[in-house]
Amino acid sequence: MKLPLSWLKDWVSLSLPPAELASRLTLAGFEVESVTPAAPAFSGVVVAEILEAVQHPQADKLRVCKVSVGSGEPLQIVCGAPNARAGIKVALAQVGAVLPGDFKIKPAKLRGIESFGMLCSARELELSAANEGILELSNDALLGRSLREHLDLDDVIIEVSVYPNRGDAMSVQGIAREVSALLRLPLTGPALAPVAAANAVTHPVIVDAPVAAPRFLSRVLQGIDNTRTTPEWMQERLRRAGLRPISPVVDVTNYVMIELGQPMHAYERQRLKGAMHVRMARAGETLELLDGRTIEMQPDILVIADDERAIGLAGVMGGAGTSITEVATDVLLEVAFFMPDAIAGRGRRFGLQTDASQRFERGVDPAGQERAMERATALILELCGGSAGPVQVAGDASLCPARPVQLLRRSKLARLVGTALPDAEVEQALRALQMKVVAVAEGWQVTPPSWRFDINIEPDLIEEAVRVIGYDRVPEVPAPLPQRFRSRPESIIDERVILETLVARGYQEAIHYAFVDPAMQQRLFPGSDPVRLANPIAADLAVMRTSLWPGLLKGVIENQRRQQERVRLFELGAVFEKQGQGAVRETRRIAGIRLGARVPEQWGAKAEDSDFFDLKSDVLAILSFSNALQDIEFTLESPACLHPGRSASVKRCGVVLGWLGELHPQLVRELDLPSAPLLFELDLLEATRHEVPKASGISRFPQVRRDLSLNLPEATPLSALRARATVAGGSLLRELRVFDVYQGPGIESGRKSVAFGLIFQDNTRTLKDDEADQLVAGIADDLKQHLDAKARE
Amino acid sequence: MESLQALTERALADISASADLARLDEARVHWLGKKGLLTEQLKSLGGLPAAERPAAGARINEAKQVVQVALDARHAVLEQAAVAAKLAAGRVDVTLDGRGEQPGGLHPVTRARLRIEKLFGDVGFTVAQGPEIEDDFHNFTALNVPANHPARAMHDTFYIEPGQAMDGALLRTHTSPVQIRALKAAAGKLPLAVIAPGRVYRMDSDATHTPMFHQVEGLLVDTDVSFAQLKSILHGFMEAFFEKDLAMRLRPSYFPFTEPSAEVDITCVECGGAGCRLCKHTGWIEVLGCGMVHPNVLASCGVDPERYTGYAFGMGIDRLAMLRYGVNDLRLFFENDLRFLRQFRGG
Repeated sequence: MKLPLSWLKDWVSLSLPPAELASRLTLAGFEVESVTPAAPAFSGVVVAEILEAVQHPQADKLRVCKVSVGSGEPLQIVCGAPNARAGIKVALAQVGAVLPGDFKIKPAKLRGIESFGMLCSARELELSAANEGILELSNDALLGRSLREHLDLDDVIIEVSVYPNRGDAMSVQGIAREVSALLRLPLTGPALAPVAAANAVTHPVIVDAPVAAPRFLSRVLQGIDNTRTTPEWMQERLRRAGLRPISPVVDVTNYVMIELGQPMHAYERQRLKGAMHVRMARAGETLELLDGRTIEMQPDILVIADDERAIGLAGVMGGAGTSITEVATDVLLEVAFFMPDAIAGRGRRFGLQTDASQRFERGVDPAGQERAMERATALILELCGGSAGPVQVAGDASLCPARPVQLLRRSKLARLVGTALPDAEVEQALRALQMKVVAVAEGWQVTPPSWRFDINIEPDLIEEAVRVIGYDRVPEVPAPLPQRFRSRPESIIDERVILETLVARGYQEAIHYAFVDPAMQQRLFPGSDPVRLANPIAADLAVMRTSLWPGLLKGVIENQRRQQERVRLFELGAVFEKQGQGAVRETRRIAGIRLGARVPEQWGAKAEDSDFFDLKSDVLAILSFSNALQDIEFTLESPACLHPGRSASVKRCGVVLGWLGELHPQLVRELDLPSAPLLFELDLLEATRHEVPKASGISRFPQVRRDLSLNLPEATPLSALRARATVAGGSLLRELRVFDVYQGPGIESGRKSVAFGLIFQDNTRTLKDDEADQLVAGIADDLKQHLDAKARE
Repeated sequence: MESLQALTERALADISASADLARLDEARVHWLGKKGLLTEQLKSLGGLPAAERPAAGARINEAKQVVQVALDARHAVLEQAAVAAKLAAGRVDVTLDGRGEQPGGLHPVTRARLRIEKLFGDVGFTVAQGPEIEDDFHNFTALNVPANHPARAMHDTFYIEPGQAMDGALLRTHTSPVQIRALKAAAGKLPLAVIAPGRVYRMDSDATHTPMFHQVEGLLVDTDVSFAQLKSILHGFMEAFFEKDLAMRLRPSYFPFTEPSAEVDITCVECGGAGCRLCKHTGWIEVLGCGMVHPNVLASCGVDPERYTGYAFGMGIDRLAMLRYGVNDLRLFFENDLRFLRQFRGG
């Protein structure tokens, strides 16, 4: 919220420099976002009057003016503005003046005629962006007076951010109350005397929804002249508060809203059809708003209506059909208290957030309507003439929210804050905020003022007291150090260890958005049904990821574009899968991608691309944290986005833990990648689930090794060989290590040669050579029988 | 016949002229071998009168001894030279790069997160987690933000398309819902001290906002938790995180789920409070929001607000990472440019 300091000074007698005021407000919870001068620096500009304006003999668009500054000879000034005419008061930059942008005014000759100064537009003085000819000042402006003084341009504009619980502070009065409490300065404020009714004219008002609109004040003003110009001082204040001057009546309603925080509305009475009604909208009822849009409403929306139609979205925006026109003479003023619940969210439903709705949904003072009505009446009559009828009050004031008395216990305050604050200071702080404070044995009975919607419970009062006294008065007290052990399951591996394993293997961690491009995800996982966002920020961030691969692939593609040829990325994060019946399963996955050479380009190694087995080694490094590698199976089957012959699922006891493999060649082509990236993804918790180790004895007897080289059908997986050998070798076979796999010349096609070492050991004795030979022969026999394995010649 | 003296001198000259171990061995055989010239001298003793034999034998043995000593000395020298030559031949260029893989690195946000977890872990906080797709109840209602509350406009929420997940499902806008989950789980087993780091989402995208970012929530509930303790732990944390003495100040603020509430500023870590662009020349930077847990929140989780009090805080991990590592554009964190990420190796 923006407000000019000069306006604030009407309400509280302030002498603090603006920067210091800003700091005090900021430290009291009203963050001052900016303090800016109302106008840029310029000098030498005074109020002047055009006495005469005649056509320049040499130029169609120029006029030669005689201009008076009240004393001395009139000055001759050449001016190009179309509105330069005799009889108006203008802003004159005299010879020697310096305008914004360090523009110095000197005597000049325009098309042969001398000019001693310049008549300024609002734009040239940087008072407004509009280009509307020279600035026209009010007729009562004093000739020769500095323009800065005349328009109070040395004012500063303070922009304060107000939290949504402090609707009461969204006004000059509200901020003045805060300043008064913080600096212990008396509140002054302009005199707000009631305007006596000059006649008995009222307009019938029927409040059908008193729960939503407990107080509804109206007043008829007759014979006003809305064609007059709003005085400069009011226009300037509105402009500085961020509002655009419109017409005197509308300007007054805005002025009162900014000043007192009470939104109000003026209807052109001649345009109302019959009585005014305050009721809930009918389903499907339509309303044309002031901004020209027509909305269709629901029955939870409060409207202002006449006998025929809705004429306003209560507390949000008026309708187009009854707004004040320039020729209005009879006006019906509305000043209401609408319940915050009845207004909250209604405007947003139609994309509207207005000055009025912001205030009503946060809560305006339910006791403030009369003052606002009197203030507005007095200002309109002053500006536009006319006469006022009596103030008519409708609704049911007993339905207004009341601020109940709240007990503030001294002990609770000390316990919550962590320090005891002196009673006198607490009382003073609360009284400064205009709370009624009655001391009782335990502390105080406190009644907040009617405008403080945010004070409901004891901690609210504690906050207020400490806020005014100063948060800096609360000491820093370390909590006592508890000695309490927490559960730390050893079966869950610390995530950091897993991250660092991948880092050590050359992977760089990436973090991608959890919403991804639906097209990319669909391309990788055809037929998948991701969770969709209702309001995505962009079409390519519209669905939740079901895998970390869409993000990682994007990372690879983008890094390729940045000339990074060798990319290794990993990511740890949640993926989201629909489970049916409205359930979504969120699992933490760890995934990686590698593209390019096996090792970074270097002098001692051949430049070779990584392959499936490099990837598998990375995956095994993670799986090794679950010390049950023997239960892990790799099976040739995987999502369709991977190469069907170079990808695998990872399972433990039939449960899928993840997948790994080479990206499908078709996708490699479509994504325009130089070679096939390798990808893995694992369920983090499941893949690393760990059994707490149990030690067993180790053999003190030597081990015996025998090597075997067999010729097998190509399609026989190593896992089958290992499974058979393990059974045939019995408990003495401790390890089977494959050291060579060969296909090619010397081996008939369709077959392969596998060479492996078998390691035997007994726990109780040294194995004899012939025992080992027998075991090997048994294994070879078994493999021959079951796997068509022939000993190599 | 050559005198023993002359023979000895020739032998010694031969030894010192031997350039390598092979040549030296030849010299040994030549002079002291079974048929060596000095060994042969002993055979000539038989031709001497018996009385002269012992003395002559002693002279020959003495000469052999002299030559043997010279041989051994020369052997040692040559052996040492051979080792040195072998070492010299085996020399490598130690300035060449090491072989194999180079380590990658953690993302700076993870790096900051782990640091935060460690620091809070040291003073007794455990890490809690919650879902990123949340329901309206945990994200708002249970945190004292009912429907239509103006505070909801403070968060630009991403909603899940209706019918896809539970009713009113949304992407959590803050990590505060984890407070609710942790408190409910701990009701009856208090005290509770947790931090909840994680990803959060808001519909915001410009130079200083990304639609996804990271927060860490902290919550401590016990019988006598105070605002003064909150101030103390936050100040301690900030100094530990930045490894600097920092001033800290609290400004009153508003969060529906804490009362009293505060925004926390620390001395600008860039300029030390002198004023710079980062702190907009105020000397202060805002780092987090915090407050005492609202009684409604405690009550809605089954915790008696008369018996227990608590504090809560929430801070942006990305922001702390930016300040700590001198990153000036939030968006860099999510572009995953290797050239950027590689700067955070180690740690």
